[in-house]
Amino acid sequence: MDQVWTLVSFGDEGWGDEIARGTLLTVALALSTLPFGLLLGFFVALAKDSNEPSLKRAAEIFTTIFRGLPELLTLFIVFFGVQILLRQFAELFVENPTIEINSFFAGMVALGLVFSAYASEAFLSAFKGIPSGQYEGGFAVGLTRFQTMRLIILPQLIRLALPALSNLWLILLKDTALVSVIGLADILRQSGIAARVTKEAFLFFGIACLIYLVLAILSSIVLGGIERWAKRGEAAR
Amino acid sequence: MSDITSAPPQVIQPPAPPKAGWTKARIAGHALMGLWIVAGVALVLFLITSYDAEFYDRYTPKFINGFIVTLQIVSLSLIIGAAFSLPLALGRMSRNPLAAVPSYAFVYFFRGTPLIAQTFLIYYGAGSFRDALDSIGLWWFFRDAFNCVVFTFALNTAAYQAEILRGAIQNVAKGQSEAGESLGLSRFLIFRKIVLPQALIVALRPYGNEIVLMIKGSAIASIVTVFDLMGETRRAFSRSFDFQTYIWAAIIYLVMVEVLRRVWDKLEARLTRHLEPDTSAR
Repeated sequence: MDQVWTLVSFGDEGWGDEIARGTLLTVALALSTLPFGLLLGFFVALAKDSNEPSLKRAAEIFTTIFRGLPELLTLFIVFFGVQILLRQFAELFVENPTIEINSFFAGMVALGLVFSAYASEAFLSAFKGIPSGQYEGGFAVGLTRFQTMRLIILPQLIRLALPALSNLWLILLKDTALVSVIGLADILRQSGIAARVTKEAFLFFGIACLIYLVLAILSSIVLGGIERWAKRGEAAR
Repeated sequence: MSDITSAPPQVIQPPAPPKAGWTKARIAGHALMGLWIVAGVALVLFLITSYDAEFYDRYTPKFINGFIVTLQIVSLSLIIGAAFSLPLALGRMSRNPLAAVPSYAFVYFFRGTPLIAQTFLIYYGAGSFRDALDSIGLWWFFRDAFNCVVFTFALNTAAYQAEILRGAIQNVAKGQSEAGESLGLSRFLIFRKIVLPQALIVALRPYGNEIVLMIKGSAIASIVTVFDLMGETRRAFSRSFDFQTYIWAAIIYLVMVEVLRRVWDKLEARLTRHLEPDTSAR
């Protein structure tokens, strides 16, 4: 038992600090993907909700692709594909360019694309839950389209989409584990290194799983708080 | 009465005609569609220009093998998972804490942690218990990556399917089982003949989603040296550095998921046709 405590302790002999750094990276990646994914998802939903068929079509193609591809494949395509595209572009100007795409950035883009495809569905069903009288009311008091969206529709939209978005956040948190495959030092990669060096695979991967569980529990608590806050204007039923 | 007839005639305005011409939305829509078309054409051109008979000769059979392995992983995990999920769902609904607490913990663990971490835990972690597994004669099972992957995926999907099943069973109105009781049917018979068939219809859509998730998740098997579709893709890419390997993999996965989704929609429409509101009478 003492040996186990040494292994997970912070410092030179233990792997606690490495894994803690990995945890910070996982959280940072998930948190920085979130705004990008939410914004993109919102605009995709807006396009799907529009009356213009071409806009609708374009948005549906986007969702079909990024909901249908395995997250791992999306990650590889973004990581290698963007690298190849950039290299070919740079070859127009210099010979043998060395371009390496930041794996944090690649992870953020890939996870953000997947997140936004699912988030757009959440936003779309929330849009459907807002009666057209709400828009008409906004126009009737002389608000512009943008003001109506920001002041009247958006607050209701967030409340309606929140349960689905909370779920997507938990999925995003789990999907960040995939970036360990393209070399990002997240929870899973750090514990994988520890497992290989110490030959205590079950211990370290078990710890990794427990950290993900703790992150999920903490998220649920925070999300529950946000949901209560969003519902504060609703009459108790 | 005269004041009614003398009232000013109501002017009924016709509804405003829909905006014709190039609205902002239409411009944006056409631009985006143009972008997709350009991307599609570029993709086809890329596949044509990088056509290489040797590449296809060498990798087509491997891709087919990988595709079959993926199908095996997905179908085996789903079937084994389905078998596990029924007792698990019953455990979740049980009032006995000895059944409810462990099944809750199981479901929470497998739904709350990443599939890739679970796969690592079982595949690499099994090595930590080599002596114990050897002594009960199970080491041969956990030595093989394919078995470990199917084992992990089955446990994972069992947790998800149990929740689907529980939600669907609790969705069946209480009067249904009460009606069964009043007919003097046994609890088992009520569950099998009345509750479960109705629950499965409700569960059809989430089951379809779960199959799609499993197909997508099965790509993780490639990380622990299983040569499924993704594994063959990665191997082909690491040898040829030809990016079309990933493009082909993407096309195959997309077609797989889309075909399943459409077949499933048809299946659901057929199975629930008796629940559709009758539109022919109106």
